[in-house]
Amino acid sequence: MNVWLIMVACGLVTFALRLSFIAAEGRVTFPRWFRLILPFVPVATLTALVAPELLLSQGALWLSWRNPRLVAGVIAVLIAAITRSVLWTLVGGFAVLALWSLMLG
Amino acid sequence: MSLSALQEFLAGARALVPLLVGVAPFGMIYGVLALANGLTPAAVLAMSTILFAGSAQLLFCQLVGAGAPAAVVVAEVGLLNLRHALYSAALAPRLTHLPRRWKLLLAYLLTDEVFAAISQQEAKSESGPHRHWFYLGAGLALWGGWQLSTAAGVLLGARLPTSWPLDFALPLTFIAIVVPLIRDGAMLLAALVAGTVAVLVAGLPFKLGLLVAALAGMAAGWLVAGRAR
Repeated sequence: MNVWLIMVACGLVTFALRLSFIAAEGRVTFPRWFRLILPFVPVATLTALVAPELLLSQGALWLSWRNPRLVAGVIAVLIAAITRSVLWTLVGGFAVLALWSLMLG
Repeated sequence: MSLSALQEFLAGARALVPLLVGVAPFGMIYGVLALANGLTPAAVLAMSTILFAGSAQLLFCQLVGAGAPAAVVVAEVGLLNLRHALYSAALAPRLTHLPRRWKLLLAYLLTDEVFAAISQQEAKSESGPHRHWFYLGAGLALWGGWQLSTAAGVLLGARLPTSWPLDFALPLTFIAIVVPLIRDGAMLLAALVAGTVAVLVAGLPFKLGLLVAALAGMAAGWLVAGRAR
């Protein structure tokens, strides 16, 4: 399928979500379960994306301090918790990745 | 005395500018990564207008780069952007008096940063008859900043050596977004369950593991939070 078509479909879905309740003018309210589950969506979706990037190497689990992406990822979590900055998390994460890859050759 | 339309517009833009410090590097990373995932510069730039949603645009690059089918990409992006429906619900009562073109325009601009700027403003000052101009000012400031930083990323991305592990910027950026969101045990559980399931089911075809893992994490957090309240 054409990348442009997928992009437009994603754009329409996003716009529809943003317009939804504005267009409904308060005639519709959220069910309780929906309001409760919504805060967990970004955390769950993004962590599901990150974890395999750190823990899998060519499809196999690589749970070791010798795994540069895992070590860099764990340190990036610490940096993000302390600084809350995208920029510092990136700088620190890449620095550790480079250092680890260099050291373990 | 209520503020004029122009005053509201400028106040909105000013409220948004400090948030651009976080948005600009994000936009550049998106530009660089989208190129690295095989998108053409035209597609990279157009997506910033068509989607206008940072983390969803990064997710899109990742999934399309990995060859995920269209339905999965659209489902994942929709899931990630579900929170915008919440913003829409919060803003809806304040927009009921506006003509339809204003509603369409403000809905298009309704992002995390714009919603944050609006919430702050509503908390600290009484709403006047021109408050929608504040929303527009904040929205357009973010929109302009996002387009410029995306373009800078495309220019930069074309110059970076391909041997650099640029793809690692994606998990790092997501880590920087997720970690500050984890403020309680239920959130932490949602993250741990989603991460663990994602690793366990990574072998599923069409990147479906991502959807399964995200739903598992959401369900876990919801069960715990629902019981606590």
